[in-house]
Amino acid sequence: MASNVKLKHQNVPFWVIKLQEISTLIGKEITLEWRQRYALNGMVLYIVSTVYVCYLSFKLKTNQLNPITWNTLFWIILLFTAVSAVSKSFTQERAGRLLYYYTVASPQAVIISKIIYNSLMMSALSGLGFGFYAFVMNNPVQDVPMYLVSILLGSVGFASTLTLVAGIASKADNNGMLMPVLSFPVIIPMLLMVMKLSKNALDGLDRAQSLNEIAVLLAIDAIVVVLSWVLFPYLWRS
Amino acid sequence: MKKDGYKIVAVGLLVYQILMGLLGEVPRREILNESIRCVYFHVPMWFSMIAVLTASAYFSVRYLQKSQIEDDEKAVEYANVAILLGVLGCLTGSLWASVTWGDFWPNDPKLNSVAVGMLMYFAYSILRGSFEDEQKRGRISAVYNIFAFAVFIPLIFILPRLTDSLHPGNGGNPAFSDYDMNSQMRRVFYPSVVGVSLLAFWIAELRIRLKKVARVLSEKQ
Repeated sequence: MASNVKLKHQNVPFWVIKLQEISTLIGKEITLEWRQRYALNGMVLYIVSTVYVCYLSFKLKTNQLNPITWNTLFWIILLFTAVSAVSKSFTQERAGRLLYYYTVASPQAVIISKIIYNSLMMSALSGLGFGFYAFVMNNPVQDVPMYLVSILLGSVGFASTLTLVAGIASKADNNGMLMPVLSFPVIIPMLLMVMKLSKNALDGLDRAQSLNEIAVLLAIDAIVVVLSWVLFPYLWRS
Repeated sequence: MKKDGYKIVAVGLLVYQILMGLLGEVPRREILNESIRCVYFHVPMWFSMIAVLTASAYFSVRYLQKSQIEDDEKAVEYANVAILLGVLGCLTGSLWASVTWGDFWPNDPKLNSVAVGMLMYFAYSILRGSFEDEQKRGRISAVYNIFAFAVFIPLIFILPRLTDSLHPGNGGNPAFSDYDMNSQMRRVFYPSVVGVSLLAFWIAELRIRLKKVARVLSEKQ
């Protein structure tokens, strides 16, 4: 199929075709999600109810929460949301449909489109989660734009790491248990970095001090995306 | 016999390591005192673990390229030996830390990173256990192994260096400088690293051969 595409658009550069393929696949993901809205609504309800459970568990004395606990709790909520949101990205679709993608699209386009789509979904979910969390649990953040940047970087990082792991777990038989076991250790470096970054924002430190963390986060993201690009074709074949 | 030469070298080096490690002269340092001898036993475990893990990742890559079942067997056995070395490294390090840092498991980024790394490789064995089909198990666990290796290396080499750590070479502490180790200690330390690495490959080779025998036998039946 790849060679067919090349023949058809001989004067269009290769990467333009790739980009078209990826954007088509992203469009497909969004359409699919919109058609079965219950999954998306379920995720929104998941994060909102988790935040509310935390709020009630602290016996409504959230103003006594110190900033470190506040920050850690928020990231743990996001981590669990990310794991359950991303793990459905391969199991949601039936085997027959996956076989169909296999014949029409390249594996790289599939994984990149899933990573981009999951990043978008996670950014939206965690932005919403932050809004609600700050609403009920007070908002001790001193540098809100920087905190939002850290949430964005964290969501993109979580989504890109978890997408490949979700692909791995979906191939196994009992993937419900496997997904957290496989993903938690892999995601910890990123979680530590993003918590440090958001702690800087929480304390309102000078932004120049956070550049180091941002660079490391972007580097880990780059490693993960490149690895997904290289490794996914092998996963796809089985 | 030719192929077994490295085993003789390994035995020689290990005998040298134990003799010189326990009896050789060591510099007197505050706090460390005689416990500085741990460096001959504790540090080589980690060095050889990295070597064995690199071998495991290499064979996983080769399995993805060629789909030979032998490569998958090698990858998993190297990973198993790496887990063994990691556990031993944690135990010896814990013992050493209790003497010098006053705690069996001090809150140190390097320790935590290594614990996370071990979790990753335990997850790798659990992942392998959840497949029936040999080809599928090989391919999917190879993908996870490469992924885990790529995360593990920055986890233990880069992240601890960005924060404060008790270990030398991290958080601005010097590593392998003259302060840490004089030339007399180096003469014992480097052979120990080679000796333990050779031993690790020896153990892995035995297990690989055992696995191969078991596979051939089950195929004959």
